Amino acid sequence: MTIFLETLIGGLLAGTMYSLVAIGFVLIFKASGIFNYAQGAMLLFAALLLVTLLGLGLPFIVAIPLTIVVIVIGAILIERVVLRPLANRSTMTLFMATLGLSYVIEGLAQGIMGAEVRALDLGVEDLPIFVGDILISQFDIYAAVVAITLAGTLAVLFNKTRIGISLRAVADDTGAAQSIGIDLNNIWRIVWAVAAIVGLVAGMAWGARQGVSFNLSLVVLKALPVLIIGGFTSIGGAIIAGVIVGASEALAETYIGIYIGGGIQSWFAYFVAIVFLFFRPTGLFGDAEIQRV
Amino acid sequence: MAILPRSTSSTVPAGPAEAGTKPPGRFAALNWTTVTFVAFLLLVPAVATEYWLSAIILPVLVLSLAGIGLNLKTGYAGQVSVGAGGFMAVGAYGMFCFAIHGNVLNFPLAMLLGGMMAAVAGFLFGLPSSRIKGFYVMVTTLAAQFFIEWLFTKVAWFYNYGSVPTISLPPMTFFGLDINDDPVVRYYYTVFVVLGLTWVASNLIRSPVGRNWMAIRDMDTAAGVIGIDSKKSKILVFTVSGFFLGIAGALWAFIFLGTTSTLSFDITRSFQILFIIIIGGMSSIRGNYIGAAFIYLLPITIDYLVKTFLGGTLDPGFLSNVNKIIFGSLIIFFLIKEPDGIDKLIRSLASKRRTARGRS
Repeated sequence: MTIFLETLIGGLLAGTMYSLVAIGFVLIFKASGIFNYAQGAMLLFAALLLVTLLGLGLPFIVAIPLTIVVIVIGAILIERVVLRPLANRSTMTLFMATLGLSYVIEGLAQGIMGAEVRALDLGVEDLPIFVGDILISQFDIYAAVVAITLAGTLAVLFNKTRIGISLRAVADDTGAAQSIGIDLNNIWRIVWAVAAIVGLVAGMAWGARQGVSFNLSLVVLKALPVLIIGGFTSIGGAIIAGVIVGASEALAETYIGIYIGGGIQSWFAYFVAIVFLFFRPTGLFGDAEIQRV
Repeated sequence: MAILPRSTSSTVPAGPAEAGTKPPGRFAALNWTTVTFVAFLLLVPAVATEYWLSAIILPVLVLSLAGIGLNLKTGYAGQVSVGAGGFMAVGAYGMFCFAIHGNVLNFPLAMLLGGMMAAVAGFLFGLPSSRIKGFYVMVTTLAAQFFIEWLFTKVAWFYNYGSVPTISLPPMTFFGLDINDDPVVRYYYTVFVVLGLTWVASNLIRSPVGRNWMAIRDMDTAAGVIGIDSKKSKILVFTVSGFFLGIAGALWAFIFLGTTSTLSFDITRSFQILFIIIIGGMSSIRGNYIGAAFIYLLPITIDYLVKTFLGGTLDPGFLSNVNKIIFGSLIIFFLIKEPDGIDKLIRSLASKRRTARGRS
């Protein structure tokens, strides 16, 4: 029973790391209907830049704002060079464009800042703590708190501020939003910038956990089943789905994995997602816009 | 969901002849480009060195075949897939298992069986696609990719209980010819397989089956209204595409590489094949050859240019990043400027020149 609880709680907390990645996707999908494959590359770029700046001897207080400035400029460039010429194209075309974009960003990040694995020390000790008999990773708790705080902040941003409301208008009906004078390009710039910053947060969490390297950009692949389960348009859904994926992966690895060779995390989440698709095709909290046939 | 909005205007398959000038026939018509290309492939061993045959032309041909397999599914039927590498792996490992465990030592027969295993895998992972579409189909293809990679690395039976999970064939027979070592035999074998399957594919897309695929791609609701069974068509395209990819995987593993592991068929391979069809041309048979040649030769060319003009070798890591930036930019460029790929670009240039000549 202890092992079960330990696995479950560990999985639940680790799942919030997936949520962190998935939130970046949800933002962009909500505002523009784009499945942004480059989110992983953006995450890698941000984390790599931060590590490089820290490596130059800059303190956190300088390095983080500097990183944010660079990635916001990057987001504005992406909107201008990639998204604007592709406005009104099919969602699949846009997806493939972000696939190309991810190659460009990865190439730039690693070409300029190097491809070797680098450690990112956030000053958070990863000592496990005991709650009763159960061993819990302290780092995971921090990550969970960050994810929930981030989701809360974004919820306020979406629901209370003027920008957030126009953003929701664009998500709801692009044409109508434009007709009342909302600047679509500006909204896209803001959303991509915010997604890039969310990417930085996710990149810091993942980078501190497993080192900053190319592997970071592959967490994007983990986010896809999370999005399917949570729904493409719900930030809360991303959090809950991330937790579900994390927990089911951990349990499956412990209780099924040992019988069939282990390492089943690589595909298990996708099967959970496919099962979900059959019962809840729009995810737990998604809008019913994407229907199945 | 139309895969590319501009493709809706070309519901008539773009044959070798300009669409519109000649009604597409039931069978693929031969034209001069095709004849020249086939003649080139058949005659080139007389002049080319073994390096050119085995390390340049042969892999390009195999990648073209993989491109055709993916293009049937993504370009013609509109089902985006990022699992091409997985199905290629099934072809290779299937062939290996039939040779080792089933004692099928005839090369073409074992390859055919491997291809059929990939078709079965395509069928199985195509089943969910009959109920879902768009990004959701992509999820099933990713599931296929990762599950297959995992299966062939973790279950030792698939690599015959070796100490490392790599596979290479035992000596195979090929009607008295030496398919194991003779580069010319291996080259001609590849040429015949690839050209044969290209012929099959180009006739398939002109058949009612292929037209159903394109109808589903362009508007699945309308396709349903005119009585096309979209579920059956989608599952069929997954199966057929699986077969093509499986054969390509077997060729890649045992004709081109010799020894291989799942690393040759990881997600990077899947993206490579996807890039081949985006750059070469969606819904185009010829585009696959152009795209494959482009994708395969670009890094080699860059490397060569750097060696020749800068007089040193580039750090391979840096080179691969430069390649990534170039590939990524090209993908974006083509999606913005010419979503139908290089094939369309060449065709429109040619027709421009024709009209210019007509005026003068």
